[in-house]
Amino acid sequence: MSNIDPLLLARAQFGFTISFHIVFPAITIGLGSYLAVLEGLWLIRKDPVYLDLYQFWSRAFAVNFAMGVVSGLVMAYEFGTNWSGFSSFAGGITGPLLAYEVLTAFFLEAGFLGVMLFGRNKVGPGLHFFATLMVAAGTIVSMTWILASNSWMQTPQGYEIIDGRVVPTDWLKVIFNPSFPYRLVHMGLAAYLATALFVGATGAWHLLKYHDNPRVRTMFSMAMWMILITAPLQILAGDQQGLNTLEYQPAKVAAMEGYWSNTPGDGMAETLFGWPDMAEQKTLDAVEVPHLGSLILTHSWDGQIKGLDDFPAQDRPDATILFWTFRLMVGLAMLMLLLGLGGAWFRWRGTLYDNRLFLRFATVMGPTGIIAMLAGWITTEVGRQPWVVYGVMRTADAVSHHSVQAMTVSLAVFVVVYCAVFGTGLSYLVRVVTTVPDRGPAAPNAEDPTHRPARPLSAAPDIDPSPIQAAE
Amino acid sequence: MGIDLSLIWVLIIGFGLMMYVVMDGFDLGIGILFPFVPQTPQRDLMVNTVAPVWDGNETWLVLGGAGLLAAFPLAYSVLLSALYVPILAMLLGLILRGVGFEFRFKADESHRPVWDIAFCAGSYVAAFAQGAALGAFINGFVVTGPTYEGGAMDWLSPFSVFTGFGVIVSYALLGSTWLTMKTEGELQGRMIAIARRIVPVLLFGIAVVSLWTPLAHGAIAQRWFSMPGIVLFAPVPILVVATCWQLLRLLTGGADGKVPGAGPFLLALFLLFLGYTGLAISLWPHIIPPNVTFREAAAPVQSQGFALVGALLIIPMILVYTGWAYYVFRGKVTGSEGYH
Repeated sequence: MSNIDPLLLARAQFGFTISFHIVFPAITIGLGSYLAVLEGLWLIRKDPVYLDLYQFWSRAFAVNFAMGVVSGLVMAYEFGTNWSGFSSFAGGITGPLLAYEVLTAFFLEAGFLGVMLFGRNKVGPGLHFFATLMVAAGTIVSMTWILASNSWMQTPQGYEIIDGRVVPTDWLKVIFNPSFPYRLVHMGLAAYLATALFVGATGAWHLLKYHDNPRVRTMFSMAMWMILITAPLQILAGDQQGLNTLEYQPAKVAAMEGYWSNTPGDGMAETLFGWPDMAEQKTLDAVEVPHLGSLILTHSWDGQIKGLDDFPAQDRPDATILFWTFRLMVGLAMLMLLLGLGGAWFRWRGTLYDNRLFLRFATVMGPTGIIAMLAGWITTEVGRQPWVVYGVMRTADAVSHHSVQAMTVSLAVFVVVYCAVFGTGLSYLVRVVTTVPDRGPAAPNAEDPTHRPARPLSAAPDIDPSPIQAAE
Repeated sequence: MGIDLSLIWVLIIGFGLMMYVVMDGFDLGIGILFPFVPQTPQRDLMVNTVAPVWDGNETWLVLGGAGLLAAFPLAYSVLLSALYVPILAMLLGLILRGVGFEFRFKADESHRPVWDIAFCAGSYVAAFAQGAALGAFINGFVVTGPTYEGGAMDWLSPFSVFTGFGVIVSYALLGSTWLTMKTEGELQGRMIAIARRIVPVLLFGIAVVSLWTPLAHGAIAQRWFSMPGIVLFAPVPILVVATCWQLLRLLTGGADGKVPGAGPFLLALFLLFLGYTGLAISLWPHIIPPNVTFREAAAPVQSQGFALVGALLIIPMILVYTGWAYYVFRGKVTGSEGYH
């Protein structure tokens, strides 16, 4: 037991800190691109609505970005503090990928963020737009590198093991490993979709509160278009990633489906609901649809996949977790599709901004993009277990040799600090977006040109501490 | 023989960490100086001087971590495991400091002191943890094979506590001279007065570390006091004393009683650079003191080479646009501007 506990604690710590962290960069990716689009539209159409929306959303971006930076710093060091076995074994591959992320993305974002948030009166509009574009590009570049690194751990290739450690032999193969393109598209869409749901919920909330103005309508309309486009694309991308996973990590898919064994000659049933029991090695209380599993996973009537029974017990990921996180993600995706289609329907009927039931639906859907993304990541990461580098290194061999005591105390401190700090941050984020998006000054350059920057949040004017009551 | 990749990487990581110490040093210094400036408007002003640049300053620390993992994965895994407690303390300190930047302006009046304390305490904790980690690094680590086998609290020693406080004092000097450059009037006057008092304290700290290190570590003593080390080292203490003297001279207004500008800040940077160099010469070529050299901890050539292409191409670009950002936000920050 003394060998297992620090491992579980180390996994819990990593899972906890990365789950908090991933929320911020995902929204940063989405908002970064959204801000670039808004500023571009403003420069082209000269419609002040876009500039006002830019100012409104850049406040949320600033709060979110800061939390992403500080929570991300923890990740950059946690590989070494908690996973020294992994770092010394695979650092030759993950290290350079992370170094490229820092060099090409983090510095780009941080370098241009100051100008983007405070520099509107200090540089020309073209240069300011350029700064916004650089920040937006930085978020996407960052995602690309970190997903290359993660995908390599899922589907490693382009390396040899020499003297007990990984030596890269072909960097193109390392980066463009089999699951990378699928994961990149799936996560990119997830970031855009989660942000669109967040923006859409904000617009819907304001409409429900009768804060109707052109800015609210524009943000809601843009978000609904975005969801209509990205939700079906995301379902398609998810299906493709599932097929890719089936090819390279069949045990993961079997666990996601709670699928234990084939009946010779018969198609796979799809288990809609049930309770995969790892000890009993079967899925209890299963509600099944015949042949649907074959249709989804093999796109054929009688296709079969490997069941969990085909893998040694010590190589199986936890099907109880995967079965449910996967269903949570897919279920939410269906609701997102419904929201996108609903938006199109009510837009066509001319009641997009008035149908209160639909607006309530859009508001409630606000956090679902984040929830689905977390569920998806838990599925793919827990599904990689018991491996840290799939088929190459076991997680148990990757962990640092810390005492149970050290790991327990540090986990407790992380939980307390994260909940307090990022809980407050999220409440502030909510406060920012529930402020009524007002008209800004007529022309930004009319302001005092000697105006100095403050810090990110002061890009926003002071906010009433109780905006909700004030607005009513 | 081809290009010495490991050597180039040591220099790059060394450069990145120095950039971090220098740049986040004055950011952290501002938090460290908070207890000496109780007035809210002046605290706002102090924070406003670094608001547009602190993100970028902190990124050098991420580069240090990622660079170490890329080029010397063994050092990364052993050092960070050995320094588990101070590294976690540093990260938590940097979290509190980083969000303190953001939240202290926006909190309700009743919550504001909480974020002031978080910003200040986070700065102290992060600075102390960095200093203590440095002290533990000089003391060296128990390593057998590819893993750290010592205890969680092995980093703690009288020496590492002393270096922890030493780094707090160094950052306070950087912060006060930075603010001397970026502010004017009463706040600037106070910063000049504070900096004047810090200089002798820091000089004393440097002297103690310089005596303590060779007394405790025979290998370092041998390097310092034998040829050719003694020739290399001789200029360092002389330059330190000369820099401190010049720093005090500028802070007291020099011969003609002028208000100091960027001079004290540049001298403080130089002082830190000297300490950094002295340390590097003492420990060279060990990356996990006292026994593992950077060559023994090196990543495969394929890893170092691949990452080096990016580093050599991109770091100059980073320096250019970072410099541009500083240029955009140049000049004094005064009370009528920015946040109220």
